[in-house]
Amino acid sequence: MAQATGQLTAPAEAHGHKSELIAFVVMVAVLAILPAFVYPPFLMKALCFALFACAFNLLIGYVGLLSFGHALYFGWASYFAAHLAKVGKISIPYWAGSWQWLTITNSPMVPELAIFLAVMGAAVLGFVAGSIAIRRQGIYFAMITLALAQMMYFFAVQAPFTGGEDGIQPVPRGYLFGLFNLANERVMYVFVMVMFLLGFLLIYRVIHSPFGEVLKAIRENEQRAISLGYKTDKYKLVAFTLSAAIAGLAGAIKPFVVQNASLTDVHWSMSGEVVLMTLLGGLGTIFGPVIGAFTIIAMQNYLASFGQWVTIIQGGIFVACVLLFRRGIVGEIANLLRIRL
Amino acid sequence: MSDKYVLETENLTKEFAGFVAVSDVNLKVERGTIHALIGPNGAGKTTCFNLLTKFLTPTRGTIKYKGQDITQLRPADIARLGVVRSFQISAVFPHLTVLENVRIALQRKRGGSFDFWRPASVLNVYNDRARSLINDVGLSAFENTTAVELPYGRKRALEIATTLALDPEMLLLDEPTAGMGHEDVDRIAALIKRVAANRTVLMVEHNLSVVSNLSNKITVLTRGRVLTEGDYKTVSENPQVREAYMGTGHA
Ligand SMILES: Nc1ncnc2c1ncn2[C@@H]1O[C@H](COP(=O)(O)OP(=O)(O)OP(=O)(O)O)[C@@H](O)[C@H]1O
Ligand SMILES: [Mg+2]
Repeated sequence: MAQATGQLTAPAEAHGHKSELIAFVVMVAVLAILPAFVYPPFLMKALCFALFACAFNLLIGYVGLLSFGHALYFGWASYFAAHLAKVGKISIPYWAGSWQWLTITNSPMVPELAIFLAVMGAAVLGFVAGSIAIRRQGIYFAMITLALAQMMYFFAVQAPFTGGEDGIQPVPRGYLFGLFNLANERVMYVFVMVMFLLGFLLIYRVIHSPFGEVLKAIRENEQRAISLGYKTDKYKLVAFTLSAAIAGLAGAIKPFVVQNASLTDVHWSMSGEVVLMTLLGGLGTIFGPVIGAFTIIAMQNYLASFGQWVTIIQGGIFVACVLLFRRGIVGEIANLLRIRL
Repeated sequence: MSDKYVLETENLTKEFAGFVAVSDVNLKVERGTIHALIGPNGAGKTTCFNLLTKFLTPTRGTIKYKGQDITQLRPADIARLGVVRSFQISAVFPHLTVLENVRIALQRKRGGSFDFWRPASVLNVYNDRARSLINDVGLSAFENTTAVELPYGRKRALEIATTLALDPEMLLLDEPTAGMGHEDVDRIAALIKRVAANRTVLMVEHNLSVVSNLSNKITVLTRGRVLTEGDYKTVSENPQVREAYMGTGHA
């Protein structure tokens, strides 16, 4: 009995990294070939959402935290990047007898700088929101993240620089590092794919780092992790900030792809969509969110002619997924083959 | 004074919405001993442990560890001082392997583990130590088994290995042998005796033969109060203790 159990589980462990590596190579190959067959703008949009879902999955899948307001970081990074690339004006208020505005920059920025600052902005938002939410457990945590996201949604509706209902458009693509013309569809695709892969690999590294081991311990049994001397709140906050920053990276690239930033990306339904993508693909699997995002975006694209029915079909798939394959698409496959994906 | 006693409580009290689960407990645990905390179900033993490790906040009273007042500290801080507990309901990390479970505790030696940019393979330096701890609790054959697949008794053994991995000065064990078969009980009892050589152990235990074999001192708790204290002989001959146990159906 003792021997049998040991032998049953050992092979799965030994092949763990190998299966992930193979899947990664396949993914890169598919992403490289796909533009020959599928409309590239669609692929780029899907890649943005895939990275967004991966960032969300870092929290729900590896720390066990359900953030129900992740559109906040995605959407606001999108606004930041679009604004910086199009207008580039940053002003901070200061007090000198009366409130004054100090303008730091006032000209459109190059894409890499706009994206970098947008990611930093999302990280700051994540750190602040995380600090408020992290002390709460379970459903209360989810509710606070949702409430903060709603607050920031209304702020986006009111703030002048977001353009309200119109959003920010058109967002110029510009030249990356002054060299690569992003207006060229092919160059743009390579750029988006590289950013996606970098984000994906960063998440993979986080999950398989000393930090990631502690995150998994917290997910598995937070009380026990505390009793071993881990200040779990701090680990959760760092993870939350990282997740917000990566969601921000996805959001910051998106306006360059679709050439606008709009309210849809900060809306709560976007927060819901990323939950759906992750669950459908397989929560707590590395590749699940990617598959989930592509599936949902493809559905929205190809079922667009059904109009309002898309939402209902999506809901139906969600219910079917919860009832039939609890582990999600990738989760079920990994379980079936006894490998890690 | 504080040299002789590692852990001291004064009037430790916990009330749950009017119900007093722990009432004016003055516990003194002597350095280098195995101290048993016994009593019928619902006596408040686990609540006591939760108070001592600050998983619950006392309603009243103070806790001192090595002379230092630790009543206001947070649970993780108490663990860092060297007071590490196990849980009554086995507390493992279910979907991590046995090796990973123990390594999480060993990893504490690095201080904070916020380095998310390093590969987890830097933790491999702890593998040898982890294996030797796993061997100590008889789990060598299960090194790569996920904890959730282990039978209950072996989960308890894993929990003890994880606790010992921190090399704590003081161990609080909540029913370490509960749910184990005979063979495992003996193994774990021997292990506790061995690791207690240079540590202090406070342990809740229902298995009276384990208690009599291991403990230097016994405190009997009933309805949140200390009924009596002493060595096994004194305590077992106390008619009140017999009554308290008979009353709730224990042998
Ligand atoms: N969080 C809580 N809220 C309310 N009552 C509680 C709580 N925790 C424990 N109690 C009550 O306090 C009393 C003491 O419980 P405790 O778990 O400390 O007993 P115990 O001595 O460990 O018993 P056992 O031998 O069954 O483990 C019980 O009556 C229990 O119902
Ligand atoms: Mg108990």
